[in-house]
Amino acid sequence: MDNKKKPLSFHLDVSDFLPADEREKQSMVVMRESVSFWKDGFRRLRKNKLAMASLVVIIIIMISAFIVPSFYPYSYEQQIRGSENLGIMEYSDAEIERIKSGEEVFPHILGTDSLGRDLMIRIMVGSKISLLVGIVASAIILVIGSAYGSIAGYFGGKVDMIMMRAVDIIYTVPDILIIILLSVTLKFPLKELADNVKAFAWINTVGIGLISIFVVFSLLYWVGMARIVRGQVLMLKEQEYVVAAKALGASDSRIIKKHLLTNSIGTLIVTTTLQIPSSIFTESFLSFLGLGVSAPMPSLGSLASQAIGGISSYPHRLMAPAIVISLIILSFNLLGDGLRDAFDPRLKN
Amino acid sequence: MRKTLLDIKNLRLSFFTPAGEVKALNDISISMQEGDVLGIVGESGSGKSVTASAIMGLTAYPGKIIGGTIDFNGHRINEMSEKEMRKIRGKEVSMIFQDPMTSLNPVYTIGNQIMEVLKLHTDLNKQQAYERSVELLKLVGINEPEKRLKQYPHELSGGMRQRVMIAIGLACEPKLLIADEPTTALDVTIQAQILELMMELKNKINMSIIMITHDLGIVANMCDKIVVMYAGKVVETGTADEIFYNPKHEYTKGLLRSIPKLDSEKHEKLIPIEGTPVDLLNPPAGCPFAPRCGQCMKICLKRMPEFTELSDTHKSACWMLQKEAFEQKRREEK
Amino acid sequence: MSGYIIKRVISAIVTLFLVATLTFFLMYLVPGGPFLSEKAPSQQTLKALEEKYGLDQPIGVQYLNYMKRLIRGDLGTSLKMRGQEVNDIIKTRFPVSAKIGLMAVILAICVGIPLGSVAALNRGNWFDRLIMFLSTLGIAIPGFVVATVLMFFFGVRLRILPTFGLTSPLHYILPVAALALYPTAYISRLMRSSMLDVLGQDYMRTARAKGLSQFKALFKHALRNAVLPVVTYLGPMLAGILTGSFVVEKIFTIPGLGSQFVGSITDRDYPLIMGTTIFLAFLLITMNVIVDIAYKIIDPRIKLK
Repeated sequence: MDNKKKPLSFHLDVSDFLPADEREKQSMVVMRESVSFWKDGFRRLRKNKLAMASLVVIIIIMISAFIVPSFYPYSYEQQIRGSENLGIMEYSDAEIERIKSGEEVFPHILGTDSLGRDLMIRIMVGSKISLLVGIVASAIILVIGSAYGSIAGYFGGKVDMIMMRAVDIIYTVPDILIIILLSVTLKFPLKELADNVKAFAWINTVGIGLISIFVVFSLLYWVGMARIVRGQVLMLKEQEYVVAAKALGASDSRIIKKHLLTNSIGTLIVTTTLQIPSSIFTESFLSFLGLGVSAPMPSLGSLASQAIGGISSYPHRLMAPAIVISLIILSFNLLGDGLRDAFDPRLKN
Repeated sequence: MRKTLLDIKNLRLSFFTPAGEVKALNDISISMQEGDVLGIVGESGSGKSVTASAIMGLTAYPGKIIGGTIDFNGHRINEMSEKEMRKIRGKEVSMIFQDPMTSLNPVYTIGNQIMEVLKLHTDLNKQQAYERSVELLKLVGINEPEKRLKQYPHELSGGMRQRVMIAIGLACEPKLLIADEPTTALDVTIQAQILELMMELKNKINMSIIMITHDLGIVANMCDKIVVMYAGKVVETGTADEIFYNPKHEYTKGLLRSIPKLDSEKHEKLIPIEGTPVDLLNPPAGCPFAPRCGQCMKICLKRMPEFTELSDTHKSACWMLQKEAFEQKRREEK
Repeated sequence: MSGYIIKRVISAIVTLFLVATLTFFLMYLVPGGPFLSEKAPSQQTLKALEEKYGLDQPIGVQYLNYMKRLIRGDLGTSLKMRGQEVNDIIKTRFPVSAKIGLMAVILAICVGIPLGSVAALNRGNWFDRLIMFLSTLGIAIPGFVVATVLMFFFGVRLRILPTFGLTSPLHYILPVAALALYPTAYISRLMRSSMLDVLGQDYMRTARAKGLSQFKALFKHALRNAVLPVVTYLGPMLAGILTGSFVVEKIFTIPGLGSQFVGSITDRDYPLIMGTTIFLAFLLITMNVIVDIAYKIIDPRIKLK
């Protein structure tokens, strides 16, 4: 090959008119490699800096919520006498004495509250509770919603009509009011159940507040998920590969599992990811009303709402949990948006 | 000699995307006379629609004309201000689009959308504009025009909507109508009706048409002159006869091989063009069709061929033609 | 159209009936029935209550009586505020909330729609990114944090705005701003994405090809289509504003229905909780019906159904 030939020279050579071979032809084509749906999605997700940053934030918060508390020198309920109302990085007189005598005292990074509890560990445990609320509630919603939605969508006809009419009615119920109402009342029967029926004694160990939140959220929020799943199933049902599978004699359950759910999994992941922050948001609102997860277990919402009264003297007590809540919600929202852009095939350009 | 209506010379247009400069039009020249029907043929991404938008002065962001000129009916379009351009759009040149389902605004009545263009470019008062709209709908073959004017786009069928689009396009009797794949989204029987209507109206109000399509069948029946585009370049131009009976560019030949013929005696196989178009982000130095071309030579990969003039109207840019000339010259030298 | 309205109204009545029933039975779960809280009222009140509500009767009869009263529009009597009818409480308290809520709705629409549209038109540049960043943030911060921080910053630190009650126009600024933040952020995101969608539509090309200016094409052809999704958000937005009003009214000590409701939850004033819930549910469901019907009128494509 004579690359040195001046580009503007119009001198032509006989050799130029020789047929080019395949290799030469291919060298010109910059082929974009063909990639699978998942690989393509992850590649796009990785490119989305905002979503990746959110993922990192979520992982950091999860580590400090679920792992760090187990070896943190303070516990969330431990009331340290004499260390009440400490500011950020402050020590009480007794602790200063101990430091002077050569002892190592772990600093109160965010100070302590009016009962002398270390705020840092309370926020970490609070994040754990809030994350649990978000993740467990979303998981329950996912299970109920996708089971209901896929059954309605797959069978269609009368089954679908009746099932969806019920969903429509629940959908028009003002959810926040019912959530408040349920939170007000549900604790009583739950407590009775836990105290009197042995099989439900575990409710007390998990905490009635937490359980009642799970029940309330999953009772109301599954309808949205059911609608989305049904829509997906209806759309997919008409596609050729399902017809083909049917023609080949695949059973109903196999078709639901193998074809319908795997193909709508992208949408499910996105919807669930976006459900998590909305559950956390609602829990924090309930905490503000005094209906959230009950004391002494702190959730981020209850930590923040308890700090409202003292905002002029201790603004950091409100700001710290508020920032963490906002960060969690923001990160999950951004990650969810990123996942949607990456995995929702309908948005693929 | 008729007047030249449109003259595009060495037009270069690029889209400046985050991924880099996409050279959508790379040095294209097209001209047409008054009264002509010009067909622009090519696959998606070849630059057909971008050319049309450029003529309308509606190059979409982040696209930009970076060289060449567009002269239309005495206007230098690429140098006109947006304000001047607005007076031409819809009046001297108008455009209809591929999908009539989406090219009408769903929230306004048909009447509103036709009268809008009349209000913009004529001095007609409300009553006159209404009468003119009725007249226009009759012209494009819509029954009960008074009733249709009050209807919304979703209440009309696809073919009917495309007729409305044509009515909007013709409202001010433009010199040039650009039809960007006007029938692709329609049923075959409706397609024929719409094309027939366009030809009929062309003769009635003496306008020219640019027909952008990937359907060679349409072009064969309607067009006086054909431009074949590939990857942002014009690869061959000629009259319909020249292109259909005497194609010279390998891409044009490939296109013709890939359409079915009704009159063929043998059971001819349809031959698709293998491969995919080049990436316009980094267009090759040579002929863009080379990697897919069955006759590809070493030179094709290195340099873009010049146009070879085969007749007054027929031009083709292919090294095969240059090769013939070259070999002939060598024989003469010997 | 009238068929649709009838269908919609009937389903609203069914929903309301369900909410009322649910409310009744949930309150029945509370130990001692809805009219007894943990702190037992005096013997005298108890007797009066039992007489009035027939608590000694079987649950079915109680339910029927409750429904009968409800249909007459009688929401019962407050436990903690002796002798006060729930209806009267709502009558005095609700107008205050409605005023603030309406202001917040108007503010959110008037700010959210232009912000979202301008962001869409400037897609990808610094303005778009700023608006999107702020609105993403606005959606992520819980309302009570927003309200408290606003109060702390403007009221306590800068001392430029009052933070207590509603006695002058200045008093409205902080609560309305706190209430409007979330819907404003949401509307701007919604508006941006629907505007982007509309801008890519073929009819926008048609409008430009007709010779309309960019501005006119936007105003006439894009805006009306892009606003449609925002109309569908009006229903959920009202619910959101309502939720927000619970928080905002409590923090800014505004004598509205929201702060009253929060108070009744803290006080475990069950009849008041019940009555307010049903009233608010009625309000929201009615508003949703109105919004749905309005949407059908605005969008000609679905008029036929």
